[in-house]
Amino acid sequence: MTDIASRNGAGSFVEIRGVSKWFGELQVLDDIHLNVEKHEVVCLIGASGSGKSTLLRCLNMLERIETGDIVVDGQSLTTGKVNVNELRRKIGIVFQAYNLFPHMTVLQNVMLGPRKVRGLSKEQSESIAHDLLHRIGLEAKAHEYPDRLSGGQQQRVAIVRALAMEPELMLLDEITSALDPQLVSEVLQLVRGLTEVGMTMIIATHEMGFAREVASKVCFLDGGSILEEGAPEQIFTNPTQARTRSFLARVLDAEKSA
Amino acid sequence: MHALHQVLHAFFNPHSFTLALPDVWAGFQVNLRMMFIAEALVLVFALFVAIVRGLPGRGAKPLRVLAIAYTDFFRGTPIILVTFIVGFGLPGLQIGFISSRSFTVYGIVALTLVYTAYVSEVFRAGIESVHPSQRSAARSLGLSYAQAMRYVVVPQAVRRVIPPLLNDFVGLQKDTALVSVIGVAEAASLSQQFSTQNGDFASYVVAAVFFILITIPLARFTDHLVAEREMRERAQAF
Ligand SMILES: Nc1ncnc2c1ncn2[C@@H]1O[C@H](COP(=O)(O)OP(=O)(O)OP(=O)(O)O)[C@@H](O)[C@H]1O
Ligand SMILES: [Mg+2]
Repeated sequence: MTDIASRNGAGSFVEIRGVSKWFGELQVLDDIHLNVEKHEVVCLIGASGSGKSTLLRCLNMLERIETGDIVVDGQSLTTGKVNVNELRRKIGIVFQAYNLFPHMTVLQNVMLGPRKVRGLSKEQSESIAHDLLHRIGLEAKAHEYPDRLSGGQQQRVAIVRALAMEPELMLLDEITSALDPQLVSEVLQLVRGLTEVGMTMIIATHEMGFAREVASKVCFLDGGSILEEGAPEQIFTNPTQARTRSFLARVLDAEKSA
Repeated sequence: MHALHQVLHAFFNPHSFTLALPDVWAGFQVNLRMMFIAEALVLVFALFVAIVRGLPGRGAKPLRVLAIAYTDFFRGTPIILVTFIVGFGLPGLQIGFISSRSFTVYGIVALTLVYTAYVSEVFRAGIESVHPSQRSAARSLGLSYAQAMRYVVVPQAVRRVIPPLLNDFVGLQKDTALVSVIGVAEAASLSQQFSTQNGDFASYVVAAVFFILITIPLARFTDHLVAEREMRERAQAF
């Protein structure tokens, strides 16, 4: 396999090098360093407001970074020469909510990227969309509008809409946080499937059990910096930082009482 | 009793109705033509102005300022003044093509200028009401700014603003009579002529009925859309 890593020598597929970001006076990211190899699944955990979403949004240039650099697939995002739309074709992102386009049917949602960005024909785009919807068992809903679907179904459509672009990297931002508990598992099942086919992913999540199961690496964000990173077993069973311990204790407590 | 009789005679004389009808109807067709042309132009230009006003980035600032100046000017100026400026000013300039149009054309121009300003604000509100995450979702699929606007933001915005838009069009339809003061032979001015000749006011009533007949369906249709939307939103809330 000729990975980017081997082609570029030292480079990982994603390299985040000393990234900081401010919203006005507020520093949201503080000197973040992170490498992600192809086929790796990195989970970002951390309290609300710790900067997980912002980091993901920086990765596909929905937010600008002030200092540091991000390199994706050998291409620096801060040179000014980067083609934003080209970059975003490689990176699929799924948000917590408000994801699907409400004025389009499920099928049209999934077709839009292939048709308008990849420039495929209507027939090709449609067959890609049907195929993906079939795989998640939602082909029957192809011609429904998103508001007729459950939250879990909508989120699964949002995932395959991103997959229809054949991305090399998927960013998932708390995609189950807005869902009723009984709808969470169908979405996680789909993500699990992606890890099995070797999709490179960065996942911000509050689902600790899930992170522990699928992650090759877990990063604990605290106040905009990565306080601790490591294998899931190590982070969850033997965190070195006191703050990681107290965060995990809090979250696991909340899960137990829920 | 006498007063009532006088009113009936002056405004609702059946004989005058029949006499006035053909003239006023002929005039009203001019109103109809003006409103259709102006409405079509307004839709296009207003969307354009609204989009320009929302363009991001420092480079687009002059364009944004221009769009703001345009809307401020034409929303702030009474339509009758705009009509005078266009209808008397342009011919006065004596620049071939521009100065040799008919009053109907100048009327349409005045209506389009003013209502483009109103309707662009309606479109702008619609565009701003589309949740920013829709834009993020579109951009992160790799759609360009223009594509995101075209396929995701504008279609949603337009759907939302149809009721206020139709309200503005009711205003535009009535103002076809107003901009005709510069000399367009349309329903209002023809009914005035007829009234002077005939010595009663039945022709005004005829003209009024024509206007009402086209604005009422539009108003009811708008109500219907609003009610439908409320129902949908309520259904979603549960
Ligand atoms: N557009 C913005 N303007 C100003 N401040 C922002 C903006 N977006 C995020 N922030 C702030 O940046 C900080 C980090 O937010 P972020 O959404 O990245 O956190 P998060 O870790 O994703 O939190 P959560 O778990 O609640 O999603 C927060 O304090 C937030 O209020
Ligand atoms: Mg977040």
